[in-house]
Amino acid sequence: MNLIVEREKGLVELEARVTALRERDAASDEVRVLERKVEELRRDIFGHLTPWERVNMARHPKRPIASDYLAALDRFDELHGDRHFRDDPALIAGFAKLNGRRVMVLAQQKGRDTKENIRRNFGMVSPEGYRKARRLMELASHLGLPIVTFVDTTGADPGIGSEERSQAEAIAACLTTLTEANVPIVATIIGEGGSGGALAIALADHVIMAENAVYSVASPEGCAAILWGDSARAPEAAEHLKLTSQDLLGFGIIDEIVAEPLGGAHRDAAGFVGRMLATIDNALAGLAPLSADALRDARYTKYRRIGARRDESGPRMASVLT
Amino acid sequence: MPVPEWLRLRRDKNVQAEDASLWEKCPKCNEMLYRKDLGASQWVCPRCGYHFRMHAYDRINSLVDGDFVEIGTDILPTDPLGWVDKRPYKAKLDRDREKSKLSEAVVTGFATLDGFPVALGVMDFNFRGGTMGTVVGERITNLLEEARRRRLPCIVFTASGGARMEEGMLALMQMAKTTQAVQRFMADGNLFMTVLTDPTTGGVSASFAFQADLIVAEARAAIGFAGRRVIEQTIRQKLPDNFQTAEFLLEKGHVDMVVDRRELRETLVRLLDYAVDRSRLTPTLKAVPEFALQ
Repeated sequence: MNLIVEREKGLVELEARVTALRERDAASDEVRVLERKVEELRRDIFGHLTPWERVNMARHPKRPIASDYLAALDRFDELHGDRHFRDDPALIAGFAKLNGRRVMVLAQQKGRDTKENIRRNFGMVSPEGYRKARRLMELASHLGLPIVTFVDTTGADPGIGSEERSQAEAIAACLTTLTEANVPIVATIIGEGGSGGALAIALADHVIMAENAVYSVASPEGCAAILWGDSARAPEAAEHLKLTSQDLLGFGIIDEIVAEPLGGAHRDAAGFVGRMLATIDNALAGLAPLSADALRDARYTKYRRIGARRDESGPRMASVLT
Repeated sequence: MPVPEWLRLRRDKNVQAEDASLWEKCPKCNEMLYRKDLGASQWVCPRCGYHFRMHAYDRINSLVDGDFVEIGTDILPTDPLGWVDKRPYKAKLDRDREKSKLSEAVVTGFATLDGFPVALGVMDFNFRGGTMGTVVGERITNLLEEARRRRLPCIVFTASGGARMEEGMLALMQMAKTTQAVQRFMADGNLFMTVLTDPTTGGVSASFAFQADLIVAEARAAIGFAGRRVIEQTIRQKLPDNFQTAEFLLEKGHVDMVVDRRELRETLVRLLDYAVDRSRLTPTLKAVPEFALQ
């Protein structure tokens, strides 16, 4: 069960009551008192979210998913298949127009309900999905279309078939293709950014994150299982992983945050999706004047500086083996 | 199998054989093996051919002609997230440093292989399970950049449980960083080769391990993306024994060849001989002043 959904139950009921009362008599004292109570409750629940609460917010069943963003584009035409094995429904890709701008869109798609979730494999992409993505990244480079991606996955699909068809190679090849791309790349983390499966379409010139999205080296469950052999300790892992948008902005891993309304993006889905698309458009406008070489050089430098550097003063731990 | 000259010379430097215990039991055939003999046979069970995991310096000694010039030793781990669980991350690093006699999970440098100058990187499972954090990412990147500058072929031996949890997203970003370094290195027409050893999984397999021109897998090594346990939990059934082995990957078409460790050096030299024109080899270690040997 989703923690946020549980916690906001009382609030949702109260909000419904206020709406009903307001329809009858908007000016009544009862409405005003209840409205104030709703405000308080909202701040109480959402004012200070812990990392684990943010994970639950990122997984909220009402949260806008990739298809909500695609529907808000001027136009979108899906392109299918990896040309080798099959079309992966967990990754939607195709031509789009965003504020009149021609772009190539790649998006990880979770389901809105159980039926769609099963069809979409809960947004967990298989090798053929990454190979479709790679094919269309290359097409985008070929046609000079900027690449826009929407990341929302717990991680790459961990099934038998995915190993047989080399999930590792499929992801590694996407990373290479994004590195080579001669067009601007803007990635957005809209929900969950889980591990290499997310990064495969998020190596970008500009990375935008929704305020309550999370992006981590492994899902909290996966991290807890790896370190402590107990996925039930996911809330604890979430505290450690530094997976919130604020943390990642501090590390220079993402470039920009799009603020969400108190209570999460789903409380004003259309407004939030619109703001996200406007932010993408703005980033694309900034990157548009850059040449292919300038883009690739800046991309190299951007990732080159993340992490350890030489420490000339430090002790040399090993020497020449002779 | 006759012990080659270069190995005999280095036998006294065998790192794993310096361990306190004298005997090692083969996990496959249960034979009790004298550690010194095991060191001399490149940590392959002489009875059943089981490949023990190998220490990075033993691996280097089993491959190179003479000297190995290590670089990147001034790239050292910090604790960027201030991670503390059962023990602080810093304490884990200290313990692994002592236990493994390594400063991090990869050793990088230059050497010659049958006269071919190469840039060589060797990962070691003994240090944090060979996980890739910021130091592994930086050392691999640094190695590829130095090799690119000198137009040397680069060979990386992978052994990794994936990205290092305790460095969070900074660790994941090393996949992007190493990918960029590999792409630049290869785009200049240099040869990049990986040898996948036991185990090669997660973020390392999904980046530089599978981006090479030539991918060699060591016999019986476990190679894949998701961990075996993760898959078993997801599909709720036991996996067949050969699943995610080097041989399984060969059958599925994901590696160029599977090689027994005892034939690995010879094979690498043969591949270098096809891929690199020996007559045009001008750069040697001696031609590189800052790495020239004393």
